[in-house]
Formats: sequence, structure tokens, C-alpha cells
Amino acid sequence: MSQGKGQGAEKVIECMKCGIVMEPGNVEVTYLNSKFPIQLPKCPQCGLVYIPEELATGKMLEVEKALEDK
Amino acid sequence: MDHKKIMEFEEKCIQEHPPACNATCPVHVDVRSMLAEIKAGRFTEAFHIYRKSVPWPGIISHICDQPCRSACKRGEAGDAIAIAALEKVCVQQVAASLPKLTPAPEKPQQVAVLGDGLAGLTAAHDLAKKGYRVTLCAAGSTLGESLNQNWADALPESVIAQDLAVLEQLGVTIQLNIPLGQDVFLIAVSEDCDAVFLSDLCPEQLAQFTIDPVTLSTEQKGVFAAGIVDKGRAVSPIGAVADGRRAAISIDRYLQGVSLTAARENEGAFQTRLFTSIVGVEPLPVVPLDPNRSVYSKEEAMQEAARCIQCQCLECVKVCQYLTHFKGYPKKYIRQINHNLKMIKGRHEANTLINSCSLCGLCQEVCPEGLHLGELCGLARQEMVSKGKMPPSAHDFPLRDMEFSNGEQCVLTRHQPGHTSSSHLFFPGCQLSASAPNHVERAYAYLTERLSGGVGLMLRCCGAPAEWSGRTEVFDGELQQTKAQWEEMGRPRLILACSTCSQMFKKHLPEMETVSLWELYDQYGLPEVAGAERPARVAVHDACTSRQEEELQERVRKILRELGCQIEELPTSRAKTECCGYGGLMKFANQGLADDVMKRRINQSPADYVAYCAICRDNFAGKGKRTYHLLDLIYGEANPAAPARRGPGYSQRRENRVRLKNKLLKELWGEKTVPGENSFATMKLWIAEDVQEVMEQRLILVEDIQKVIEHAERTGKKLLNHDSGHYLAYYRPVSVTYWVEYQPENEGFRIYNTYSHRMEIPPGDE
Repeated sequence: MSQGKGQGAEKVIECMKCGIVMEPGNVEVTYLNSKFPIQLPKCPQCGLVYIPEELATGKMLEVEKALEDK
Repeated sequence: MDHKKIMEFEEKCIQEHPPACNATCPVHVDVRSMLAEIKAGRFTEAFHIYRKSVPWPGIISHICDQPCRSACKRGEAGDAIAIAALEKVCVQQVAASLPKLTPAPEKPQQVAVLGDGLAGLTAAHDLAKKGYRVTLCAAGSTLGESLNQNWADALPESVIAQDLAVLEQLGVTIQLNIPLGQDVFLIAVSEDCDAVFLSDLCPEQLAQFTIDPVTLSTEQKGVFAAGIVDKGRAVSPIGAVADGRRAAISIDRYLQGVSLTAARENEGAFQTRLFTSIVGVEPLPVVPLDPNRSVYSKEEAMQEAARCIQCQCLECVKVCQYLTHFKGYPKKYIRQINHNLKMIKGRHEANTLINSCSLCGLCQEVCPEGLHLGELCGLARQEMVSKGKMPPSAHDFPLRDMEFSNGEQCVLTRHQPGHTSSSHLFFPGCQLSASAPNHVERAYAYLTERLSGGVGLMLRCCGAPAEWSGRTEVFDGELQQTKAQWEEMGRPRLILACSTCSQMFKKHLPEMETVSLWELYDQYGLPEVAGAERPARVAVHDACTSRQEEELQERVRKILRELGCQIEELPTSRAKTECCGYGGLMKFANQGLADDVMKRRINQSPADYVAYCAICRDNFAGKGKRTYHLLDLIYGEANPAAPARRGPGYSQRRENRVRLKNKLLKELWGEKTVPGENSFATMKLWIAEDVQEVMEQRLILVEDIQKVIEHAERTGKKLLNHDSGHYLAYYRPVSVTYWVEYQPENEGFRIYNTYSHRMEIPPGDE
């Protein structure tokens, strides 16, 4: 795999649709009727977001499991 | 689930029942814990355990008749433990610094105890400890005189004096030189007290009363009585202590005005239900006592205590990785499951426990009481689903896989070409079709060649994933579809190649007549195969869903012998076989545990394995164990020199099912198939092996990746990582969002990574 762990923050990610570099932005992710405001790289124009692998398979998975057991 | 049902399960687990020594001791000394402390050299702790049940540790350790010892399980592997001798060591080790006893807050009632035998002494002790004002009347001029007389040779006076000193600590009033003559009855009523215990009654005195054996109460209110204990009549000293305790409990209850008879079953000796296996316990003789000493040394005592096998059951835990994994035993698990089902708010901590069981029923096979924890887990899952409390991620993937297997792309039901009716209907099952579609073709060719009356074919999934995951309604829907098609085919006899399908149909569609594929191979003769490759020796792994199928297990072995294979039996096989890690969807609810289950099974023999379930085969082979499917052996494709052949991944399995249907339709029925493919399905992907591995672990299909890329390329919604130059895109075709890192390559796409999450990104942000 090409992405090393813990490098998410330094990556330069560009939204191809708008041709703009993504910037940290507020996103509200939801699961099982619960909402979580988080800061994610986000396209300032179209709102496309980037969820790094470490987040998806780490903290996010943890929260998903916890919500499923609620 | 109703309480009664849960209790029925809980009642069957005997792990928490006391060991035989404890149950047989009329005052229930916790011998097992005491010996564990002695083994570790903690004599003071051992002594406290002893004194918790025995108020006279010095006296009893000298004269105890040890009913415990005759019940000791160690006696079935060598000599029973010298329990009293060990108790004696404990007493000696801590004798110098006996901690003081403090009675409960004083109660106003006055109790008289007549007789200073062990029963009277114990009753006085127990009642004083409870806070009653106790007067103990003795006939002799010193307390414990009768003890001294009865066991003069075994019991030093100093031991008696030391033990009885506690009565003073407890504030018992002692009256000596009180003759307890013929008419004790008169004494009893004349005493100015709230209750009386007449102990040590001789037969003539006893004749004056009718004594209830459970409560020791007499027809006279507040008067309790018990017979005499003396050495000449060989009555049990520890039995006398138990009598005194029984009287004290009755008197306490009487004075508190509560029931004398409720819940007294386990006072005194009883037969324990605890089962303890001594299989594999090396016989050991008792540690000999140095003839020059009357007590074991500390070291000898520790050695003797180490012989204790620490009786417990755990029969099921010993053979099941799942039960081992959660570090408990069924009774504990049943309580956790019950709590999980009942609780409304808070974390349902037992969800994983409930969903990790393979439901295989091995526990029931080995349990002395026949407890089937899988049955409870199955019911619990159904309840979780019906209450909307089932974690969505637990079974999502296999349920979608089942849906796919039973979708238009995979299902097929036809009479044999050239026939308009079927005497038989071959149902190979979704996993054999996925794992080895060529075997399905061959087996079908064999069947149509050998059987008359037409052999139809039905490709679909039996619905087991729905049943295992507690989706009762979905499962019922699948069954009804199978049933309807079977009826349409004229109710033919079903030929099954998978034990799970067989288990499902036998249980839920008993009107279907079924026969195993293996029975037919045996009956109609094995096919001739030129240049067959087969190992000389194999270990048979029976599928867990064939546990009850003794005849089937034997057929398989017969076929193997005919194929010229020597058979090795695994330590657990046939009715006691183990699950491969897939049953009950364990693999999806708890991948780590399933890996351990597989590893445990494949390490049981160095021989090559043979399985007759496609999933068992693929699971073991996936872990590097050379495992053949029975059909590999029948068709001579089992090369013992080749490395283990891994089964296809999840995506390939789906593709195999689709291809099998299309191939058979085309080749046997001459029907052209409509591909039913979407634009993404033709998309060419380049996926390195390590990425494929990641896909298997994360349950991501090629199809999912194709959908993400198709969406990204069509809408332009994709990201570019400046560092790697790779594109990143996400899409949510089902209840999962898939991410793919890719780049265009050779009219297709190279996949660098993929991952997923269930959390939803708000649509506005997509």
C-alpha cells in the first residue's frame, strides 16, 4: 500500500472536479442516527471530502462499533 | 427471551457447582481453595478458609472422619488427598497468632445450649457470633470434657483448650457441673430463655422428642435437639459440627420469625453435579508422612496439596476455541447474554460474544448435562434482529453474498436435458459452486449418467447465512422459494453435496427427501480416473453440520478407503468434530477468533486433511494447510506434493457462480444467457496480490471497486494525491462507503489501495 500511517495531515490532496487543493473543513458524519462533527480535508468549492485510511480503519471503525453496541 | 428459558440454559452449566470434597463435607469446607493456598505456601490464607467453615480447626483437624476424602477425585488417579493432614499443618502454622473473632451487634434474645459435645459447642459458637446471648451448660467440671474422654489418644488437651477459648471471646456464658439427667424435657421448658438446643442426647432422652431431621426442631416450640456423638458409636465428628450448625440456623430463623424450612437443601452432605474428568491426569500416590513426625512439614504439605487436581468441569471450554476466547464458561456467558438482551440503555457488551459462536453444537456433545450454548446464541441473535439491536456490520457481507447467490445471475432450476421430469434434483450448494464449479459439473455429469428417471439441477443458496444471523423472516423467504421450485420440479429426491444445506433442509423442510452425494458415489461406484493423483494418508475433517450424520461420516471414510487412502482420525472427529471457523458466520463477526479456530484445527495433525465441505477446505487451505475436498480425491486431483491450493477470494467466488450457471445453461441446455452485466463489470482492473489480500480482509469486492471508479470517472468526483500522483475516490453503493486509490493503466485501472467505512458523509458534501 502506498499510504504510510500518520502521513494523512501532510498530504496535498486536490479536488479534481474543481481543481482546488483541499483545506480543513467541518464535516458532519452520521451513523445509526448519531452525528459527529469532524475536521476533514474538504474542497472549499464542491464540498468533496477526504477520509484517510488511518481514520476509516482506526477511530472511525471504533466509533462505528461503539454505536452498533449501543 | 423469557426468564424461564434462560434459566433452563443456565441450570445446565455445572461449572459453578462445588467439587465433590466440598459437597460431601457436611459443613462444606472449601477444600479446593484451601489446597490451592497451601500449594502456594500461603498457610494463613488456607487456615482462614478452613476456619470459615469449621469453628474448631485444631480439634477437627485431629479427629475429622474426612468424608471428603472418600469423595476426592484424585482418588481415581492415585490416592485421595490427605485433607485432614493438610488442615493440621495449617492450624499448626498459624496457631500462635489466632485473630480475634468479633460477634455481630448484640441481640436481646437468650439461648441456652445444653451439652458441650461438638454439636453443642458449634451451636453456641454460631449463635454467639450472630449476637445472641448464649449460655452453654456442660455436665463436666471443665469445658469439652467429653471430647477429651472420647478422643483421648488423638486429641491433646491443649488443642481443645486453645480452640474453645473463642467461646470466651464471643461472650458465651459457660455453666459447668450441670447434670443433664433423664428429664431434659423439663429442663428445656423451665429454662428462662427464648430458645433451647439440647445436644448430646442419649437414646433414652431422644425418645422423649420427635425431632425434625432438617430443622432439628421438636414438638415443643423453641426447643431444638440432636443426638449424642461418641467415638464408640463411630459417629462423625464433622457430622456433629454440622448438627450444631443446623440447630443454630434453625434457632436464628425461629427467633427472627422466618421460615425454618426454606432453602435448606444444601446443608449437610449432598451429591454434587460438578463433573470433573480425570482423563490425562497422571496417577500420583499420597506424599508419605515422615514416621518420626505426626504432622507434615511445610514442604511436604505444599507437595501434597499440589496433587489436588482443582476439580472443575470446563469440558466444553477445553474443546472450543470460542468458549476459551472469552475467558469464562457457559454459565457466565449465559448471564452476560441475558443481561445483554434485557438492557435497554448502555453498551451491549455481549454482542460480540453472541455473534462469535459457530453454533456448531460441540459443547452439547461434550457437556455432561447436554448444554448447547449455540442454541441460545441463535435465539439471542433472532431477538436482537427483531428488536433492531443487531449490529449492522456483523452479518452484512455474508447476507449480501447470499442475496447474490440467490439472484438472477446465479440461480438455476432445470430438469435434466431431454427430460420433462426429475426423480432426483442435484443441489450442490452455493459454496461448492463458488469454490470448485468444475466439481459441480463433474458431479452432475456423474449423476445424470448413473441415475435414471432424470436428475434435475438447482443452483442456489439454502439460506443458512440468514438462519445463522437470526434473520428468521429472510430465511423463511429463502426456504419458501426453494420449496416452491422443488414442488414445481415434481418433489424429486434432493441430492446434497453440502452438510449445511442438508442440516437446514432436514430441520426446516422435513417433507423433502434428501440423499447425500457421497451416498450415491458409494452406491453407484466411484468413477474411473486415469492418472489419478492422491495422497496415501489423510486426516478426515468432518464438517460441523454433519455432526449428527453418523452414516454419512462412515460413507466418506468408506469412499476414502476405496480410493486407497489410509485414514487418520483427528483427536476430535465425527460427532465431536470442530467447526472450521465459518459456521454461524463467526468469520464475519469475529475474524481474529475465526483465525484462531482454523489454526487450532489445522495444527491437530501433520497429515493432509480431507474435507467434504467446500468452506472447510478453503478455510484450512487459506491458512496454508494442504486440504483436499473429497471430490478432489474422487477425481484424482489431489497432489500431495503441491502446496496447499488456496480457494478463490470473495469476488472470484461470485464470478464462479455466475460463470457456472452460464456455462451449464449453454453447454447442457443450449440456452444463450443474457449477461446482465452493468458497464462497470467489464472494467479492467490491475490488482497486486497484497491489495487483493487487503480486499479479502476488508470484505471489499472487485465489483465494489469497479462501482467506485465508474462513479468517479463518470461524475469527475475524485481527488488527486500530489505526493503519490494517485487518484482517490469514494462511493456508497450499499450501506458501506468504499474508497479506492487508483490510476488509469492499459485501458483499465491499477488499484493501489482500498478501504471502507460505514459512517455516512452527508450528501451535500459528496
